[in-house]
Amino acid sequence: MKRILVGIKRVVDYNVRIRVKPDGSGVAIDGVKMSINPFDEIALEEALRIRERGGADEVLAASVGPADCQQQLRTALAMGADRALHVQADGVLEPLVVARALLKLVEREQPLLVILGKQAIDDDNGQTGQLLAALWNRPQATYASKLELADGSARVTREVDAGLETLEVDLPAVVTTDLRLNEPRYVKLPDIMKAKKKPLDTLGLEALGVSPRQQLRLVRFEPPPQRQKGIRVKDAAELVAALKKKGLL
Amino acid sequence: MSARILVVAEHDGTRLNPSTAKCVSCAGTLAGAEIVVAVCAADAAAVAAQAAQLAGVSRVLTVENPANRHALAAVLAPQVVALAAPFSHVLGPSTTFGKDLMARVAGLLDAPQVSDIMAIESAQRFRRPIYAGNAILTVELAGGGKVVGTVRAASFEAAATGGSAPIEKVALHLELPTHTRFVSVSAAKTDRPDLQTARRVISGGRALGSADGFKILYSLADKIGAAVGASRAAVDAGYAPNEMQVGQTGKIIAPELYVAVGISGAIQHLTGIKDARTIVAINKDGEAPIFEVADFGLVGDLFQIIPEIEKLVG
Ligand SMILES: Cc1cc2nc3c(=O)[nH]c(=O)nc-3n(C[C@H](O)[C@H](O)[C@H](O)COP(=O)(O)OP(=O)(O)OC[C@H]3O[C@@H](n4cnc5c(N)ncnc54)[C@H](O)[C@@H]3O)c2cc1C
Repeated sequence: MKRILVGIKRVVDYNVRIRVKPDGSGVAIDGVKMSINPFDEIALEEALRIRERGGADEVLAASVGPADCQQQLRTALAMGADRALHVQADGVLEPLVVARALLKLVEREQPLLVILGKQAIDDDNGQTGQLLAALWNRPQATYASKLELADGSARVTREVDAGLETLEVDLPAVVTTDLRLNEPRYVKLPDIMKAKKKPLDTLGLEALGVSPRQQLRLVRFEPPPQRQKGIRVKDAAELVAALKKKGLL
Repeated sequence: MSARILVVAEHDGTRLNPSTAKCVSCAGTLAGAEIVVAVCAADAAAVAAQAAQLAGVSRVLTVENPANRHALAAVLAPQVVALAAPFSHVLGPSTTFGKDLMARVAGLLDAPQVSDIMAIESAQRFRRPIYAGNAILTVELAGGGKVVGTVRAASFEAAATGGSAPIEKVALHLELPTHTRFVSVSAAKTDRPDLQTARRVISGGRALGSADGFKILYSLADKIGAAVGASRAAVDAGYAPNEMQVGQTGKIIAPELYVAVGISGAIQHLTGIKDARTIVAINKDGEAPIFEVADFGLVGDLFQIIPEIEKLVG
């Protein structure tokens, strides 16, 4: 069975403007819209396209986190994942813990490919894919904007600072997605109904043998410094004069 | 015990990337820290010589191996890990090179990583942006072990030059993986300044309408010696290549002058320009959020304004 494992993280929707709690203890997320991390949606879409082309037989969506994650896993099933696995874990989950949990799933499920988002838009850590690849001792191809599977290997085009880089990696491997890899499909209502019948299994983090160790204490959350409000200029001439005066032109 | 910091150099085989000088200056904010730069390369001499000049660096370690010709995280990580043993901190830049590599290093070391360090408060305490820069989080190392970090270059000035640290060759006998192979890189050739270090940047958004539309920005940029950037919408639409994207998922920059042309100012874009000294917004919609962060705002049609500016500065 050629299987692709996709990571799904539940995050505050990218359209929500978050607020830091006045006491600095966190970010106020009660009642705000939650979604699949946009990069994970792209990861799932890519896996579905590979399956639809015949490059894989099964797409497995996995999420590590509290019970609410099941909502996002249901959405993943509605998008087209065949099965979902929920690793139940509460509290602060550091990327290394998530990577260890994913490694356990990888060992059980033996995927050909793991596709994760390059970062989650809440913590912006950008670590999990590389951590998993390191722990698994397998190749990583991060920031993918193009992914081509061949027999036993994959060719991945990566968005790097210099431009586009292409790597060839042996399979199995971990790929992390960048924004331009694809445009995720919309979920249709009948698919949501169908998704209710698809298997979603829950496992405990500690039952998997992973300890929820926290190595970085979250000391304080603060709003970012605000920029001073500027001025409006009436035309190009006034703008150029103002910039020249500041020595910027 | 005072901190011992290993900085992993980014380079292209001949030139040290400016992000490394920023990592060194970040490391230097920790009083009394010993700063050592690691250069893993096929031929390290030229890059090591540049690293040795950075103020505050006490030693440069070089690891030469033909396998290092292209920077592959899977190949570099075991070498960095081998060098890391005596160090308390292992830092790299928050560039695509550093983000790709350092987390793999953290995985091999089983150490926590602090991503996008914007300030070091103590050997255990760091500040970093989360939620696209809409919150700043202070984290503290709970145990006494090693920590890996990536440094948000826009938060630091480059370290000065003028030093002359000793360069030491290190021979590592490691079996490096061959499961990851470099195929090619395509980088557009440009004579314009590098986006990440340019003092002036002009960026265009969806409003430019086409790759052709961007030409008015290139023309102005060349007049004033600016780099050109783009919003995600402009890159997605194919008006500009991906390496020009500025923002949460593109480049985080801190130029002296940033001119946003036909860019609405989505939070994901703003997070990339928060540290710009002066922001100019040119947009036909006076209500666009970009004006909330602009030092100078000009409401109007960019296709009329940009050529006018070009004439005025010419
Ligand atoms: C996970 C995620 C990550 C993202 N990362 C990034 C990122 O790194 N960088 C980034 O930029 N975006 C990013 N985005 C996208 C971001 O949310 C916005 O969609 C994007 O920045 C919009 O680009 P824009 O301002 O060019 O386009 P628009 O929002 O469409 O704005 C175009 C602007 O041009 C103005 N305009 C139109 N015609 C003219 C004219 N003739 N003269 C003057 N003004 C004119 C309009 O008034 C409007 O304000 C990300 C989104 C997500 C979900």
